Amino acid sequence: MDLNYTAEEEAFRQEVRTFLQDNLRPSLAEKVRDAKRLTREDLEEWHNLLNSKGWLAWHWPEEHGGTNWTPVEAHIFHEESVYANAPRIVPFGPNMLAPVLIKFGTEEQKAHYLPKILTSEHWWCQGYSEPGSGSDLASLKTEAVRDGDEWVINGQKTWTTLGHIADHIFVLARTSKEGKPQEGISFFLVPMDQPGIEVRPIITLDGEHEVNEVFLTDVRIPAENIVGEENKGWTLAKYLLMYERTGIAGVANSKLALDGLKAASAKMRSSGRPMSEDPLFSARMAKVDIDLMAMEVFNLRVVAAAGGGAAGGVESSMLKIKGTEIRQELTDLSRRVYGPHALPFVPEYFDEGWNEEPVGPAGAMKQARSYFNNRKITIYGGSNEIQKNIISKAGLGL
Amino acid sequence: MDFQLSEERQMLADMLNRFVRDEYPIDVRHKAAEMEGGFDPAMWAQMAELGAVGALIPAEAGGFGGMGEDIAVVFEALGRGIVVEPFLSTGVLGATALVGAGKDDLLEEVVAGGKMLALAHTEADSRYEMSRVSCKAEGGKISGQKSVVLNGATADMLIVSARSSGDIDDEAGIDLYLVDAKADGVSIRSYGTVEGGHAADITFDGAAGEKLPGGYALLEKVLGAGVLALCAEALGAMEVCKDLTLDYLKTRKQFGVNLGKFQALQHRMVEVTIAIEQARSITMLAAGQFEADRLTRERSLSAAKNLTSRVARLVSEETIQLHGGIAMTWEYSAPHFAKRLTMIDHMLGDEDFHLYRFQSLEGAA
Ligand SMILES: Cc1cc2nc3c(=O)[nH]c(=O)nc-3n(C[C@H](O)[C@H](O)[C@H](O)COP(=O)(O)OP(=O)(O)OC[C@H]3O[C@@H](n4cnc5c(N)ncnc54)[C@H](O)[C@@H]3O)c2cc1C
Repeated sequence: MDLNYTAEEEAFRQEVRTFLQDNLRPSLAEKVRDAKRLTREDLEEWHNLLNSKGWLAWHWPEEHGGTNWTPVEAHIFHEESVYANAPRIVPFGPNMLAPVLIKFGTEEQKAHYLPKILTSEHWWCQGYSEPGSGSDLASLKTEAVRDGDEWVINGQKTWTTLGHIADHIFVLARTSKEGKPQEGISFFLVPMDQPGIEVRPIITLDGEHEVNEVFLTDVRIPAENIVGEENKGWTLAKYLLMYERTGIAGVANSKLALDGLKAASAKMRSSGRPMSEDPLFSARMAKVDIDLMAMEVFNLRVVAAAGGGAAGGVESSMLKIKGTEIRQELTDLSRRVYGPHALPFVPEYFDEGWNEEPVGPAGAMKQARSYFNNRKITIYGGSNEIQKNIISKAGLGL
Repeated sequence: MDFQLSEERQMLADMLNRFVRDEYPIDVRHKAAEMEGGFDPAMWAQMAELGAVGALIPAEAGGFGGMGEDIAVVFEALGRGIVVEPFLSTGVLGATALVGAGKDDLLEEVVAGGKMLALAHTEADSRYEMSRVSCKAEGGKISGQKSVVLNGATADMLIVSARSSGDIDDEAGIDLYLVDAKADGVSIRSYGTVEGGHAADITFDGAAGEKLPGGYALLEKVLGAGVLALCAEALGAMEVCKDLTLDYLKTRKQFGVNLGKFQALQHRMVEVTIAIEQARSITMLAAGQFEADRLTRERSLSAAKNLTSRVARLVSEETIQLHGGIAMTWEYSAPHFAKRLTMIDHMLGDEDFHLYRFQSLEGAA
């Protein structure tokens, strides 16, 4: 066992760092740092930059444009990107759909879709959840009916993240009502720029537009837009979710958040001393620090064992639970540290080009919003309760 | 012992609860919050007419209440609607200062709903500390800066803590001053707060202030009244969260059954229920001891705020989590209650502040 980075790994870290220093637009990094609203152009710019270096699809097989990084290298890449305040890779295309296409898609599908994910010509969103089917995803009601050489899709998807800036949606739809609900689901690729698709915003509790409802009315797609076999979509759906969950754990994001919290705690004062010396507060910070140290090793252990961009089923569930608990604890402490200054909220602050003096100490105004927004991470990607059900059943045999 | 409210208070509670339920649904609340100044003056006038302000003020001073239990009754009802009208600023923080200082003429206008008040106490570096005041008072002129003054921009009169002597955190040397918000030397930057309220940063540059008698002890009384109000408000908001969540667990179906059939969720709902009973109990205690000697009063107030903060976090986080995605939406009411519960912890001392304060008061007992 050796828990130190090798010289090659350190050199790789330097390479990533230099690349980001030289190429990531500083004003974009600033937007990310200040939690400002990002546009599709911002996100595309980041995707394109990575793609130009061959790093966007880092976990794909090399033949499709992947990097063949070791799990440690991938970890380093994430860490450096997060530390440089790069936007996140929008996961729906490169990290969710692509692995499914690579494993289950036809050669034509791979050849057609994978390059377009890399170039951002296609921008995907995830059409899984429905109003009546959240945790119980297999109960979904959106229906696809074969009509000649087309599929006709009717139904409603909801919570569709970034659906308003996407042009393609992958859709789970029912193709059979026989047998168990899981056995009648298929996985479809649907262009959104066509009649019958309507995207309506859902405003979240923090006043933001991030998720949507997507209505599908007599939407027609060619027969070949099914991935995998008819009625076998559930296997694909679950395969994809392992990738989704592994991504939600967010170790690097937590490390950055912890650094920010430590800096804030040294600046903000209580009873004439910095918050970092406040016994109760510093103890909570130390605890989450320790949890995160362990989590980082846990994450590396698991990813190393699995290879590629996702942990196995039970492991990805464990990572998702621990990772989101840590992230939420950090958002809780990050608003607390600012005391009364966590209250002020100027929505325009989050727009690019808002140049007024922020209210209160720098960094304070985004914290409560971030705390509220991050309540979602224990809900989506399969709620933490559902992950516990998976672990107790599949992992512990209970 | 008797845990029942008096008949008058029960009537007040029933009337306010009915009003909030019928006249103050969440969309009315949002509309009020979006108005300039962050509340609806017509709603304020209407609620003042119902007696909701008068109930916060003692009879000697022109009201018909003003005891701990009155504050608790009114604010629990307001919490059920997460009412944005400035009851805390005007009816509790401001009015308590005026009552203590015997400013009956002004109070009369306050009770009638005609005058708004705000407490300008928190400073950029004071966090929640009660005696950390750097604002200066010299010959009746106030100079310095105050931060996050709740409803500061809509107040007619500001109650400002300022120091005429002593070190930065000495209790001695602090007094409250009455300052006309429109006076020369007062400049106000107003903004919204994240849960739908309003606050302001205020700079005083030699503004004329009338010193209120009472010194630091009056400030402590004012802040204590505010703590009690916030605990009671939180209680009302928690009850709403619990009702909404319970209702949802009983109607939302996944896997062919109501969510409430899952034992993992049942137990969590039970935890929430027990925690709210604890919060209710400690708030009753604080209300009942509000007229007791200083140490008893302050000790139970800090106990109440600490416990309420802990319970508020549990209730708000569980409310969102147990609902799932629906509670992440603006459209649904529950998340707004959860947000208010969270941000109450950032007002007048958070969980940790009141834990320390409780400990130090224990030491003094
Ligand atoms: C911000 C956000 C973004 C999202 N983005 C997307 C997206 O892009 N695409 C997409 O398809 N979906 C997306 N989702 C949907 C997300 O996957 C669902 O919200 C999630 O699956 C939970 O479903 P639900 O909200 O219907 O809650 P429900 O399933 O109704 O669950 C409510 C509560 O009951 C619990 N529960 C349910 N079943 C059980 C059980 N058997 N045992 C114990 N507890 C249980 C849950 O854990 C939860 O606490 C998003 C959600 C959010 C909030």
